[in-house]
Order: sequence, then structure tokens, then C-alpha cells
Amino acid sequence: MSTIELPTPDRTIIGRRGTIVQDLMRLVSPGSVISDDDGRRAFETDAFTAYKRMPLAVVLPRSTDEISRVLAYCHKHGIKVVARGAGTSLSGGALPAEDAVVVGVSRMNRVLEVNYEDRTARVETGITNLQISAEVAERGFFYAPDPSSQLACSLAGNIAMNSGGAHCLKYGVTTNNLLGAKIVLVDGEVIELGGNHLDAPGYDLLGLFVGSEGQFGIATEATVRILRVAEGARPMLLGFGSIKAASECVSGIIASGILPVAIEYMDKPAIHVCEAFAKAGYPLDAEALLIVEVEGSPDEIEALLERIGKIAAAHAPTTVRVSGSAEESAAIWKGRKSAFGAIGRIADYLCMDGTIPLGRLADALAGIGEIGERFGFRVANIFHAGDGNLHPLILYDANTPGEVEKAEACGAEIMKLCVDLGGCLTGEHGVGIEKRDLMRYQYSDTDLAQQVRIKDAFDPDWLLNPAKVFPLDLQRGARRA
Amino acid sequence: MTQIMRPTEEAELARIIADHARREAAIEIVGNGSKQGIGRPVTAATQVVTRNFRGVTLYEPSEMVISARAGTPLSTIQNELDKHNQRLAAEPLDLGPMLGNPEGAATIGGVVMANLSGSRRILAGAVRDQVLGLRAINGRGEIFKTGGRVMKNVTGYDLCRGLSGSWGTLAVLTEVTLKVLPNTEETRTLLVLDQPDELAVELMCAAMGTPFEVSGALHLDETLAGRLAALDLIEKGRPTTALRIENASPAVAYRIAQLSARFRPHGQVVELDHAASIRFWRAIQRLQFLVGTTGPVWRISTAPSRATEVVRAIRGYSELNVAYDWSGGLIWIETPASADAGAADIRRVVATLGGHGTLIRASETVRAGVECFQPLEPGVMSLSRRLKKSFDPAGILNPGRMYVEL
Ligand SMILES: Cc1cc2nc3c(=O)[nH]c(=O)nc-3n(C[C@H](O)[C@H](O)[C@H](O)COP(=O)(O)OP(=O)(O)OC[C@H]3O[C@@H](n4cnc5c(N)ncnc54)[C@H](O)[C@@H]3O)c2cc1C
Ligand SMILES: Cc1cc2nc3c(=O)[nH]c(=O)nc-3n(C[C@H](O)[C@H](O)[C@H](O)COP(=O)(O)OP(=O)(O)OC[C@H]3O[C@@H](n4cnc5c(N)ncnc54)[C@H](O)[C@@H]3O)c2cc1C
Repeated sequence: MSTIELPTPDRTIIGRRGTIVQDLMRLVSPGSVISDDDGRRAFETDAFTAYKRMPLAVVLPRSTDEISRVLAYCHKHGIKVVARGAGTSLSGGALPAEDAVVVGVSRMNRVLEVNYEDRTARVETGITNLQISAEVAERGFFYAPDPSSQLACSLAGNIAMNSGGAHCLKYGVTTNNLLGAKIVLVDGEVIELGGNHLDAPGYDLLGLFVGSEGQFGIATEATVRILRVAEGARPMLLGFGSIKAASECVSGIIASGILPVAIEYMDKPAIHVCEAFAKAGYPLDAEALLIVEVEGSPDEIEALLERIGKIAAAHAPTTVRVSGSAEESAAIWKGRKSAFGAIGRIADYLCMDGTIPLGRLADALAGIGEIGERFGFRVANIFHAGDGNLHPLILYDANTPGEVEKAEACGAEIMKLCVDLGGCLTGEHGVGIEKRDLMRYQYSDTDLAQQVRIKDAFDPDWLLNPAKVFPLDLQRGARRA
Repeated sequence: MTQIMRPTEEAELARIIADHARREAAIEIVGNGSKQGIGRPVTAATQVVTRNFRGVTLYEPSEMVISARAGTPLSTIQNELDKHNQRLAAEPLDLGPMLGNPEGAATIGGVVMANLSGSRRILAGAVRDQVLGLRAINGRGEIFKTGGRVMKNVTGYDLCRGLSGSWGTLAVLTEVTLKVLPNTEETRTLLVLDQPDELAVELMCAAMGTPFEVSGALHLDETLAGRLAALDLIEKGRPTTALRIENASPAVAYRIAQLSARFRPHGQVVELDHAASIRFWRAIQRLQFLVGTTGPVWRISTAPSRATEVVRAIRGYSELNVAYDWSGGLIWIETPASADAGAADIRRVVATLGGHGTLIRASETVRAGVECFQPLEPGVMSLSRRLKKSFDPAGILNPGRMYVEL
């Protein structure tokens, strides 16, 4: 049923599976190699579940040294490697291949050092995103990037995908919060990039590594910035009678000079599903809902919410509700944070992830509606409006033959619309396999050739997470042939 | 004889580079030349000046985004932003005056290529954190684009960051798209006077650990404080620790009061109002505390918790004037002139204690003889060499500017 082409695996590598597993076992501590069918099956896909491939073997090492040995071995024998964190990628970034070894960092999850004076934490990358914040919460600090998957996803995956979340309007995404990393290169060499100071010498290799989707090396340790938690934070709900009014309100807030920590947007279908699930008190009569959160002391919060209320008033809101208590704030966010899960309970869905210039928001939503109608799908929209990062959810029924393919085609049209409006194919989920073949829609072959050459510089034989990010004909091998 | 070329069109510039690539002939890339005095001198028969790539090409204040051709002067961009009460978040330094050049002459391409961020970096990120998209020409003479004009973008590799701070050694920029931020309603600054370095850094770190969003944490020793005209009304020439708050007016008042209460027991505390605060930080942005002198200047990046140790160790070798910015994470050091501008000692100290140093001001003879940028670990250097090759296989763009081999 898959429409995305995956390369034919190398039979000779698969034929040597027994030997390779034996060899890997000698390189890592006992219990770190998974080679039985059931064990491997747990790693055959990520959160982009339409595609599955049994990996050759799975290795879950306990140290950088072990990872270095595994990569050196695979490099020497021409075996492909797919790095894995928690497997929550929505673009098929962590999808394995039958001739590839999955190297996961999930067992490397220690906090190595916290320095409150410098406001940094050094951790192993298998740690979950939320665990970093939990570690420093007692002293009033937190790690800022907050993907909705933060309970599960690893810092490793965050680094590879440059993940962000609702609060990155103010605090930035992973790349803005990472100071250093220990990285194992494809041949097993270990390098340190950056450190616990703000600027690194030479080229910004760390900046290049972030978002490279597991194609440049495996990150095993990282130094991240930790920030002091604000004195307080409070969300307000704004309901509007039209998409246009809500979109203009977003622009109005940004143009006024207020920079809220988050501006989240939901359209009517999303509001209804989330409300049924979370009982957050979302207004069911609204065509569009904004959750705007601001931070500061109680007085500051009061003043900011009042100003935002005034800006909203110009766009005829149907609901203006400021959270009155911690419980109410939690409920408001619960509705938003559980949105994907809530929608998953009523339908199968494909979660798209494109960005658009804020000024084109109303055009984008109208266009998405039209595309959905043309394909006969309901589309719910939930997204980070402050930075124009859309998440259209295409609702379909996986039991109807042909629906997945149709939903994928519908998604592709939506992605193209984002590019046409001046935006891009992915704001946070990455290219993976999902958007690989759309890359030419956003970039010229010259643009892509420059990127592909950088991949060559890090990984000349394309052993690390191949078949992702770039159209297959641009990848090493195809180019040589 | 240097041949100077001033293309006005991308295609023309691409042809020039492709032609030089074919002949393996080096090119020095110059914006306004305001930083030609930084790094190793480049030897090239051709100089390509990007000054004619001029003008703001897109500005959407309500989307917080601005695009400009690479040769646009920073001052032009700042004027545009002023009209809509916005600013470049990273507060890029104007090194002109400090290097004996005019103010405001830097081009936006040069700013991105130098990635030298000002005091606000601790809160708002570096220049490279604000780069959303670039158009550029690689060393093969191919025009390419990367990124875009939206705030979030993970479509392919992050070449915006990869190119930022590469000093024109990977590609020639033709257009830059940056994220901008609204100007805040008010800014005020607390000055705590007479703190010794150790206490000053401790105090700055404590301030950064509060929830008050300090957007500038700087400490000047008495000599450097003595050179700041912006301090005229206060007693000049006393060690000065400055903490800046920028926000809506009521928030600023509240936060300044909180900080002031906390730090009053440390010594005399002076408060700069909005106008004085702006004057003060503008002077810092121009590095006025280093203007008018000629001694070698180093820029050292380290962890705040190690800052005073680094300075103490270097003081063991010579007298220094010192400013700590970024809460101690960025140290400006002015040393007495010497054959190597103190490079041997400074590098040894930094290697032992952690961090890295760049020689920012020194005579051409000195710069040709020492590494101006921090030498790289072998593994990182070999990766850097491969990266350089992927952009500029013939090695014609600013060869040797950062490192002999790049
Ligand atoms: C319900 C849900 C909500 C989500 N919400 C968000 C959101 O709000 N924002 C957002 O940005 N994303 C979101 N995501 C996507 C996903 O959680 C992120 O991409 C996350 O960073 C992936 O982390 P992971 O540890 O699961 O990585 P994986 O899925 O295991 O891997 C992702 C990529 O990282 C690479 N990788 C893994 N480990 C390493 C390593 N050590 N070194 C180098 N490369 C490595 C893999 O090869 C792969 O390419 C969401 C996902 C789900 C399921
Ligand atoms: C030693 C030194 C230290 C400095 N330190 C700081 C600092 O800490 N903070 C700060 O903000 N500023 C610093 N500057 C100044 C900073 O470089 C300028 O703000 C600005 O970058 C220079 O603009 P320009 O166009 O005049 O630069 P130029 O001197 O013309 O160029 C600067 C660099 O960028 C390259 N370049 C210029 N235009 C392009 C282009 N279109 N494409 C590719 N490459 C290009 C040049 O080849 C050169 O390597 C420093 C300058 C020097 C010389």
C-alpha cells in the first residue's frame, strides 16, 4: 500500500546477518544486541506507522565507546546504520531497512552534570525531553523546547530533527538551546562540537548537525541551556466567528510588540474533538480558537492579557476567557496537548507539518479546506500560529482500501500549497521519507546538490540513515551509477 | 596588482566566481571592508566587493521578517526597522570605530559572515539564530538558496547556521533574510559599582538565574569603565557591573526594583533611565571602551563560572584591561603590544581552562604570524576541510582567512 519508494535491500548483507549479529555482540555489553524477531519488530517503524521494515539487528549500547565500536565495525563492512531515539518521528525519520543496523541511544539517559551558575546541563542524549526539565525543576529551571511528544521523545531525536513546540515562539527550538554535543562519526571517530560556552570556534558544525536527521553521525552527549522558569504564566482563550478574524488577531498581537510565549490555533473540527476529550471549556460555537499564553509576575500577566484583550476586541471575538486558576490553565493546555491523541480516537489521521508566512494564514486555511474537499477528507487544523507552523490533520479510514494513498496525495497537495504561499515543507517533523520526494518542489537541483555534497562530507558512502531526506536519484550510488 | 570587481547582479557574480574556479584563482570577498583587519590577511589577485548588492527586498513587520541584499549597510536596515519600531535581536556589534573605521558601515552580509553578536545574545540568541534564509554563490559559481522566510523550517540541512560565521570562506552571500523583534517599550539598566571581578561575575550569574529576563550583563574594569562617555554622569572610572531589563514599562519597573533590592547590599547601585540606558548599551555595541587605543584585543568565549579564573591566569603573564559581557561568557581583553599579541599565553590558558579565543585587533604583521582564530581539534579540522571542499572545491574563496588550510 505504500506509495513511497524504498530501495531494494542488499541481499549479501542480509545473508551475513548471523555473523554480523555475532560480531556486534562482541563489541557491546551483554544484552545490548536485539536479534530475535519479536525484539526487532518493536523497532520496525516510528510514529509514521504506514511504513515498516524489519531491521537487520538492533543495538542499544550503554556508552559512547560502544557506539564508536559499532559504527567503526559497520563502516568497515559497508553496513548501513539508522540512529534511533524514542521512535516518535512523524516523518519516517527512524524507519529502518532490512540491510541496516538500528543503533538506539535509549539506554544512555543519564544527567552527567548540571551547572546552575552557567545555566547548562550536560546529559546523555537518550534522556527524554521532559526528564531534563524534571531534573532541574526543583531549582526553578527548565529546558525550553517542548514538542508535544516531550514525555516520550529523546533529546537525540530532538537534535536530529531540530524539534520545537508551543513555547518556541519565545524560547526558540532545539538549535537555539544546544551548546555542545559529543558525536560519533560514521567511521567511529568521536568528536566534540561546542561546549558549555555560547560560541564555538570555526565553522558552526554543531548548527549543521542539528536537523541533519541522523545522516551526519550519532549524538551521544549534549550540553543544553537551562532557563529559569518565569514567575507565573497564564493562558487566555479567544474564540472567533471566522478564520480571517482569528488570523488577523494573531498578526495584530505580533505587530503590537507583545511576544507571548505561545499562540496556538485550532479550527472548528479540532475544537470539537479536543473539547469532547479534555473538557477544557473550549467554545463550541467558534470557527477558530486561539490559546495565547503570557508570562511574568502576576501584575505583568494581568497587564499583558489586558492589552491582548484590547487587540482581540478589534476582531469581534465570540469568546474572551482568561484562565482563573492553575487547574483551568492545565485544562486549557491539556486540550491542546492531547489533540492528536483525541483525534486519533475518532479517526485515522495523517499529521502534516508545513509552515507559511503569517500574513498568508487565512489563504492557507482556505486552501487547505478546498484541497480536503476535493479529496473528500475532513481536515482538522491545530498549530503554532505565532510562527506559522501548520499541522493539518487529514482524517481518513485506514480500513477502506486506497484511502491511505489518497490521504498521502491530499497531504502532498497541502504541502505544495505551503511552499506556493512562501512557506516550507516542514517546520518541525523533518523530511524523513515522508517528504523526500517533495524536496524538489521547494528547492532547485542546484540547492539540493549543495546539501547532498555536505552529506558526502560527513558520510562519503551514505551509510547513515540513507534513503531519507533527498530524492533517491540524488543520493550517493544513484549519482555514481 | 589587485583587481577589484563590483558586480551588481547575481548572475554576473556567479560568472566571476565560476571563471576563477576554473583558473583556481583566489578571490577576497569584501563587504564594506570594515573588518578587513580581522583574521589572517588574504592573498588574492581579485577582490570582489558586494557593496552593490544593495537594498531591502522584503520587510513584513507583522511577520517579524526582513530580507536585504548582502551589501546593504547595517545602518540602512536599522533605519528601516526603526520606522516600525523593531530591531535586530542579536544587537550585532559595530566594530568600525574600534578598528579605526567609521561607524555603521558594516554590510548585512558581513554581519552574518562574522556572526559576532552583541550583549543581547544571552537572551535573544546569536546573529546566526536570526538567519532564516540565504541566497549565495558557492565556490563553483553556482547560485543556491537555503532556508526561507518563515520562523520554523527543518526542510533539509540548516545551511543558514552552517554559513553564518564562516567569514566568506564557503560561499558569497547575495541576499539575507532575518528574523527581527519588536522594540520593547522600555529599557532600564542597573549599575552596581566597585565590584571586584569575582563578585561581579557571581552577581551577573545570580541575575541571569532570576526570572527577570536580563538582556545585558556586563562588567567593565576601572580602566575600561573610565573610557565610557556614557558613564559621564556617574562616577567614571569605577568598576561597573551593568544589568539591563527590556520589557513593557510596568514590567521593567517591577523587575528593576526586584533586582535592585537584591543587589543593593553589594554596594552602590545606580539606575539608568530609558534614554541613558540606550546610550550606555549603544556605546557597548560600538565597543567604545576599546576605541582610541591600539593595543591588541582578544575576544574569549568561555563558561561564566570559569571567566575570572581565565583572566587571572592570563594576568599572570601581562597587564590587561578586561570587560566581561554575556554574564562572563564573553571576555574582551586588551593586552600590551607584543610580537604575538600574547597569543602563546592566552591559548595555553584557554586550552587548560576551557573556551576559545579570537584575536580581533592587531597589526597586520602580528596577524600574519599567529593564528587569529582558535586552532581546531584534528577531527573537527578534518571535517571542516571536507565541508570547505563541498562548497569550494578549488579553495578560491577567502583562502586562509580563518585558518591556513581553509
Ligand atoms: C504525538 C506526537 C506529537 C509530536 N509533536 C511534536 C512537536 O510538537 N514538535 C516537534 O518538533 N515534533 C513533534 N513530534 C515529532 C517527534 O516527536 C520529534 O521529531 C522528536 O524529536 C523525535 O524524537 P525521537 O527520540 O522519538 O527520535 P526518533 O523518532 O527515534 O528519530 C528521529 C530522527 O532522529 C535520528 N536520531 C535519533 N537518535 C539520534 C542520534 N543519537 N544521533 C543522530 N540522529 C539520531 C533518527 O535517525 C531519525 O532521523 C511529535 C510526535 C508525536 C508522535
Ligand atoms: C577582527 C574583527 C573582529 C570583529 N569582531 C566583531 C564582533 O565581535 N562583533 C561584531 O558584531 N562585529 C565584529 N566585527 C565586525 C563585523 O565583522 C562587522 O560588523 C561586519 O561583519 C563587517 O561588515 P563588512 O561588510 O564591512 O565586512 P567585511 O570586512 O567586508 O567582511 C567581513 C567578512 O565577511 C565576508 N563577507 C562580507 N560580505 C560577504 C558576502 N556577501 N558573502 C560572503 N562573505 C562576505 C568577508 O569576506 C569577511 O570575511 C569584527 C571585525 C573584525 C575585523
